[in-house]
Amino acid sequence: MNVTFTDDELAFREEVRAFFQDKSFDEVRDKQLSGIPLKKDDYIQYQKRLNEQGWAGVNWPTEYGGTGWSAVQKYIFMTEAAKAHAPEIIAFGLNMVGPVIYTFGNDEQKQRFLPDILESNVWWCQGYSEPGAGSDLASLKTRADLAGDHYIVNGTKTWTTLGQHADWIFLLARTNRDVARRQEGISFMLADMNTPGISVKPIITLDGEHEVNEIHFEDVKISVDNLIGEEGKGWTYGKLLLQHERTNIAGAARSDVRLKRIRTQASESIRGAVPLAEDNNFMRKIAALEVELKALEYTQLRTLAAVASGKAPGPESSILKIKGTEIQQEIDTLHMEAAAYYALPFVQDQYVADYSGEHVGAGAETQTSLRYFNFRKASIYGGSNEIQKNIIAKHVLGL
Amino acid sequence: MDFSLNEIQTMLADSIEKFIENDYDFESRQKYSDSDAGYSTDVWQTFAELGWTAVPFSEEDGGFDGGPVDVMVVMERFGRGLVVEPYLANIMLTGGILKRVATPEQKERWLQPMIAGELQTALAFLEPQARYDLANVATSASADGDAWILNGSKGYVLNGRNAALIVVPARTSGEQTDQDGITLFAVDASADGVSITDYATIDGQQAAEVHFKDVQVDAAAVLGDIGSGFAAFDAAVDDATLAVCSEAVGIMHILRDKTVEYSKNRMQFGVPIGSFQALQHRMVDMLTDCEQSQSLLMWAAMLNAEDSPDAKRAISSIKYQVGISGRKVGEEAVQIHGGMGVTWELDIAHYFKRLTAIGQIFGNADWHLDKLAA
Repeated sequence: MNVTFTDDELAFREEVRAFFQDKSFDEVRDKQLSGIPLKKDDYIQYQKRLNEQGWAGVNWPTEYGGTGWSAVQKYIFMTEAAKAHAPEIIAFGLNMVGPVIYTFGNDEQKQRFLPDILESNVWWCQGYSEPGAGSDLASLKTRADLAGDHYIVNGTKTWTTLGQHADWIFLLARTNRDVARRQEGISFMLADMNTPGISVKPIITLDGEHEVNEIHFEDVKISVDNLIGEEGKGWTYGKLLLQHERTNIAGAARSDVRLKRIRTQASESIRGAVPLAEDNNFMRKIAALEVELKALEYTQLRTLAAVASGKAPGPESSILKIKGTEIQQEIDTLHMEAAAYYALPFVQDQYVADYSGEHVGAGAETQTSLRYFNFRKASIYGGSNEIQKNIIAKHVLGL
Repeated sequence: MDFSLNEIQTMLADSIEKFIENDYDFESRQKYSDSDAGYSTDVWQTFAELGWTAVPFSEEDGGFDGGPVDVMVVMERFGRGLVVEPYLANIMLTGGILKRVATPEQKERWLQPMIAGELQTALAFLEPQARYDLANVATSASADGDAWILNGSKGYVLNGRNAALIVVPARTSGEQTDQDGITLFAVDASADGVSITDYATIDGQQAAEVHFKDVQVDAAAVLGDIGSGFAAFDAAVDDATLAVCSEAVGIMHILRDKTVEYSKNRMQFGVPIGSFQALQHRMVDMLTDCEQSQSLLMWAAMLNAEDSPDAKRAISSIKYQVGISGRKVGEEAVQIHGGMGVTWELDIAHYFKRLTAIGQIFGNADWHLDKLAA
């Protein structure tokens, strides 16, 4: 039993560290650290940079231009990216639809879509949830009726993250309503967001941000060439997508960086106040979270080690999403508690690079509450944590 | 990166599991616990014959050359079997002191017979006023020519009922809570001036209050250097802490398994109670607590095995986690077993009580969280 990396893995870690230390990351890192929200271009630039290095397809096999990395290498990459305050990879293209296309798509589709995903030339968004289908995704109502060489799609998709930037959407739609099980008769298809009949309506979330959208489909024509795999099998493909990245969803590396930051900040005096480190209650909360996070990190490592040795992930893997998001949210709470009154000013306009007015609050203090509000989503998305518990009860505990 | 057990550890695990399954069912355990000694001398002899009492000692000392990971393997399985034999008192506590500071002559006199299963021992690690502070030692030892005279009291001396040898940390200099000035003495339990009041503990084990009144100890019974016994004392208790955490994780896994199984068979309202979502989610939480604890345990055992400077912090982390999670898993197991969960008859309650006891010793969750917060 050991947690040491091999020489090759250590060399790889050095390579990744060196990559992220490059000056070209300074600007985006500074933005991250000073709370300036990243724009579409920041993400695209970052992902293009990764692609130049051959590292955009973190989870992809080499035959499709991916890294072909081992589970341990992926873990090292995620950890170093977090430490370097690199942006998160926007998942929809690279981590979601890409793997579905190279796993279930035909050759023509692979050639047509995969290069643009790797190069981040096309921004993808996800059309899964509907106003009436959240956790109960199989109850989706969006219908796709076959008419010759295309489908006519009608319905509404919702919670579409960053859909306002999207060039393409992948969606689940019902192609057959006469089925024994609701999971049957659902198909996985791709649509150009410029197709007539598609409209995007912003949803403003409780932090005042425009991050998610409602997407309406009104008699939208989607060519049968854009159907992935077999008609009616979309549920299976969609599930693969949700299971993908199971080990990375915990976000342990990002949480670790944020928690270490709180410890450092707690030791400093802000506005001449007594440092929070003097407050034993607060420090106990940090310590308790550090323990939970260390446990999560090792639960994730156990999963990786199982995968690396060719075994299926054990029951430990199923708790990653639940525990990971709970910890993220607890860290958000600590940041907000640390800011006290200065969690309250609602002054998002000041978080721009060239802001010339009075900066309210120290650093990104006033964003702590907004992050707290925004990340209530973490225990809801990707299958709410309660749904995760249902899945674990059924598939792990056999209940 | 590898979390699997090596060949020797796998064999050790298998042999203990087989023993528990074939020779140590719950009824036997209860019988041993209720016996005069509070454990089975035959079983203890078997442990010695199979080499399990030799695990954490060097080959030179007649041991198996095992480390914290091997001890983890043993103790997790002892947890599953709810073993009452005094492994913690002898092997981890007294053994942990003797292997660190005893001279070859002292090892021959005490350590080897202990490993062979022929000598019962105890470490008097607690003073009644000390709560969890090991350095809080008021028991005094004053020089009297070549000998020493001990006066004071120790509480919760595990295996105090059976111990022929009691290792006693006593103050030879300094203030009551100084780490410096503590000396370790090997005291014959039958010596004049030693009085022992033994009792059963809530978890089916036994301990004693031990009083020393002008007890004379000769120089050959001093373990290690005068006044600097704390380091070995502290290290032995750290190893023992990790050992009981391993035991607790073993218990948590079995409580979860038994609870899930019970919920599949227990019918109410015409259906198995395991079909109720309110209970399903609670059992998923039990699983989460088990796996998170397991992960931390492995981390702490590995750090301790490589003598990492972070090992102490890791041990505090797992002891805190086991304090919180052990209580939760134990309480939930009882709750989901319903009325049966609160009976003496079912093993569930006894696993729960052992978990509770583990939560109370070597620093509770609060104590360790304070260390981590600092």
